[in-house]
Parts: sequence; C-alpha cells; structure tokens
Amino acid sequence: MLNLTDYLMLGALLFAISIVGIFLNRKNLIVLLMCIELMLLAVNLNFVAFSHYLHDTAGQVFVFFILTVAAAESAIGLAILVVLFRNLRSIHVDDISRLKE
Amino acid sequence: MTFVPPNLVPAYPEIFLLVALSALLIADLFIDETKRFLTYAYAQLALVGTAGFLLLGAMGQVVVTFNGSFVDDPLARTLKMISVLAVSFVLAYSRDYIQSRGLFKGEFFVLILFALLGVMVMISANHFLVMYLGLELLSLSLCALIALQRDSVIASEAAMKYFVLAALASGMLLYGLSMIYGATGSLQMAEVANTIAQGNADPGILVLGLVFMVAGLSFKMGVVPFHMWVPDVYEGAPTAVALFVTTAPKIGAFAFFMRLLAGAMGPMLPDWQSMLIIVAVLSMLLGNVTAIAQTNLKRMLAYSTISHMGFLLLGILSGTLGGYSAAMFYVVSYVLMSLAAFGMILLMSRDGFEADTLSDFKGLNKRSPWYAFMMLLIMISMAGIPVSAGFFAKLAVLSAALDAGLTWLVVFAVMMSLVGAFYYLRIIKLMYMDEPDDVTPLVGESDHRLLLSINGLTLLGLGILPQPLIDLCTASIAQSLRG
Repeated sequence: MLNLTDYLMLGALLFAISIVGIFLNRKNLIVLLMCIELMLLAVNLNFVAFSHYLHDTAGQVFVFFILTVAAAESAIGLAILVVLFRNLRSIHVDDISRLKE
Repeated sequence: MTFVPPNLVPAYPEIFLLVALSALLIADLFIDETKRFLTYAYAQLALVGTAGFLLLGAMGQVVVTFNGSFVDDPLARTLKMISVLAVSFVLAYSRDYIQSRGLFKGEFFVLILFALLGVMVMISANHFLVMYLGLELLSLSLCALIALQRDSVIASEAAMKYFVLAALASGMLLYGLSMIYGATGSLQMAEVANTIAQGNADPGILVLGLVFMVAGLSFKMGVVPFHMWVPDVYEGAPTAVALFVTTAPKIGAFAFFMRLLAGAMGPMLPDWQSMLIIVAVLSMLLGNVTAIAQTNLKRMLAYSTISHMGFLLLGILSGTLGGYSAAMFYVVSYVLMSLAAFGMILLMSRDGFEADTLSDFKGLNKRSPWYAFMMLLIMISMAGIPVSAGFFAKLAVLSAALDAGLTWLVVFAVMMSLVGAFYYLRIIKLMYMDEPDDVTPLVGESDHRLLLSINGLTLLGLGILPQPLIDLCTASIAQSLRG
C-alpha cells in the first residue's frame, strides 16, 4: 500500500528533475518548455495526493485550473518560440544572449 | 445543498472591465486602420468606467464574497484605484510612441487591459486559486505584450526570458502552495492563517512551503536573487511596455505580498521576516551597485527598480501595520516616479530614435528647461532627497524597520541609498552642466506634456504635503487588516 509520503517523494523528484532540466539545458528551447510542463505536473501530483488524504476536493479543483492554465501557457510559449525563431533562425539557448550587460 | 447566488457587487469593477474589454476586442475588428484613435479613446473610457465602479462601492468596509474567495476591502479599493489611474497614464504616454512604431493596434490595448484585470483580481484574492488565476492572467498578458514588436530580436528574446522565468516562478509558488495546502487542509487564506495560528499544522511542511512561496513572490517583485528578467525586459521590450511593467504589476506584486505573507502566513512572521531580510539586503546592494555601471537609461532604471523593491520589502518585513502602510506609500510613490521617468523617455523618443542612453539627456536644460526641471524632480525623488515623494517614502519604510528593531538593516539601507544617489545625480549633472549634441527643443503631444508636468509636480507636491497620501495608506491598511 502506497502512503502519502511516496506520492510526495515522487512529486519532489519530478519537480527536481524539471528544475535541473531548466538550469542545465543549454541546447534546445523546446526541452525547456517540456521541463516547465513537467514542473506543473509535479505540483498537480502533490495537490491530488494531499486532496485524497485530506478528503477535500478543493485540491483536485485546483488541479483542473492548473492544467488549463498550463495549456494556455504552452500556447504562448510556443508562439514566442516561433517569433524568436523567425528573428534568430535558431532555438538554441546559448544563442539568446543579445541582452547582457 | 441549495445553490445560493454569490454577491456580485464587490466584483463590479472587474466584471465591468471584463465586459468592456471583450467588447473592445470585437469592436476593434471593425475599426478602420486610420480611425484607430477610437480604440484608444474607448480604452480610456473603459478605465474611467472601472474607476467609477470603484468609487461607487461602500467605503471603509470589508466584504467577502464568492464563498470567501474574493475580498473587497479599503486596501483593495485604494490599490485598484491607483492601478487604474496608472494604466490610464500609461496609455496616454505611449500613444505617440506606439503610433510611430507600428504598434498602434487593438492588441496593445486589449492586452494591457487584460493585465490590469489580472492585477485587480490578484489585489482582491482571498483564496489561493483566485490569486493564481489573477497572477497568470497578468503574466501571460505581459509575455504577449513584451513580444508585441514581432520583428525585434531583443523584444522576442526578452519575452522568452520573461516567459521561462515567469513559468519557473509560478511553478515554485504552486509547489509552495501545495505544501501549505497539505499542512493546513485549506486553500482559503483566512482559514490557512487560523489553522497556523492554532498550531494545528506541521511546522516542517509549512516552512518548506513558505520557502518556495517566498521564491515565487520574489520573482514577481523582481528582487535578488530572482531579478534576472528585470533588466532584460526593461531594455528589450518596447519602452511603452516597459513603462507598463513598472506600474500596475508592481502594485499587484505588493498586494500579493500583503495577501499571502501578511494575510495567510501572518502567524509565521519570524520565518518569512528572516527570508525577506536576505532578499532585501541583496536587492539594495546589487541594484544600486550595478546601476552605476549602466549607460543605457532603461537598464539603469531596471536596476534602480530592483533596489527600490528592496526598500519596499523593508516596510513589509517589519511585520507591523505601520510597516505595511509605509510599504504601501512606497509602492504608490514608486509607481508615480517610474511613470514620470518612462514618460520622459517616451517624450524624448522620436520616430526611429529611442532616447534610452544617458548621453541623450546631455544639456536638456538648454533644449527644454521645463522638462529638464521635471526630470530633476523625478531624479531627486528616486534618490530620496528631501522635498520629494521619494524622500518621505524612504523615511517611512526606514522608520518602520527601525521600530521593528532592525537597526543594522536601516544603517545598511541608508548607505545603499547614498550609493544610489550617485547615479541619479549624474543624470542631473548631464542635463545641467553638459552641452547638448542636438539643440532642438522637445516636441510631443500636448496631452502627454500636460500629464507629464502634472505627474512631475505631484512628486514635488507629495514632497511638501505627504500627509493626505500617508493617511490614506494608513487608513486602508488599518481597516483591512483589523480582523
């Protein structure tokens, strides 16, 4: 039988993977967008686990809203990516370096 | 269980703004390119209407509606009123600029009004979900606004950076919220505060949640170590958008701190106080020291914003009603100052020319003495020199921190504002002592010049008579946080 801690550990692990992915990724902006999605899913897992163990549905309702916002967010993220690619002809993270002091 | 319709009255300003801007979205399709001024006029009217609904509501009362997820109190009302006013100035200042850069489209107004709606929802949020939705409405609109100049490489780059960091911050904030939900079993802020105050929550999980929450909040405020996006967005985005980023979203971020930290997390004051002290010290240090090295005025203002937000946190971290009202006074005067500073850059910009380097201000006194005087007022206000709004704002947060027993922090902050005075005074020196490269006087739309003069003189006026605004802030905070 899995208990709450197992779910929280999994959530923390996914969250850590996504953070590491955002900071270590030097190649592709699409991977960055994927990491952001993964991060939101890790949070969702946390909310669902807590919601189940607290016998409170508010957490699950929150998850629906996070999923919706995540969809809007990736739409905007991809739109910015397309604009950036048109201007730069590249989606490499290292090429985004015009704005530096 | 029966369905009880919620009391919609407290949300009338938001509902009106939403309806008005949806109508704008459709109406704009049928407006001819040459008559785009109508869109602008409509947007200003929508703001006037929203302000009217804000004034109509009951004063001095705290009304909670939508099952405790939306609150309308004097704090919310005052902050919303200031946001609406600031956005109206933003639109007036940017009209000329966006017209000459081919950005004078319906999207600009719709996105700014949506972002304002997000700010207003954030200000009134009394539930984590409402807060999150308001926040995302704001940051997604801002992403699109920053990338509005589609053919500009730096604008799209700034938008990408802002997008990634905003998403990262939302993720951290949500992770923190999920921990707090797990520890307290509620998403409603007052209930969370009650559960923590009664000691029914696991302190370990709470502190973990709090750390993530403060990280997410700090990003929204743009303070060190989550400040990386601020200079890039200020420099990369069109100046009109940068102007907007410094106004209403900052008020939203302040409300965010008040609702989440002072409201929901109020009983954990000692924990978040120590976190905010670190953030405030780093912001004041890095903001002021890095600003000295900047030659781009927009970038310099970005670093000065970081240090201003550090000062603002001094008021919040005092954890007293006096501290909160000092911070509120600070955010209002900061918004006035940065409105005027960016208004000045927009006034000096012409078709194909951005007046965003320091040398563009050389000898401004010989070109247009009146606007040089306005810039002088803005700069002494930002530096916090007496007879300006900025002086009383700094004085208020410093005395609040002193009352909270943080003497060393106050000494440090005073030293940092001395460092900061250097780069503000350098602009004054450039304007009054140097010879101009170009001697033509400034031209601009008459409403822009009039509003800029009013804005600059308000800074002077608040430096002579700060009491009415201080009283307003104190009353709003006292009436809202009484319960």
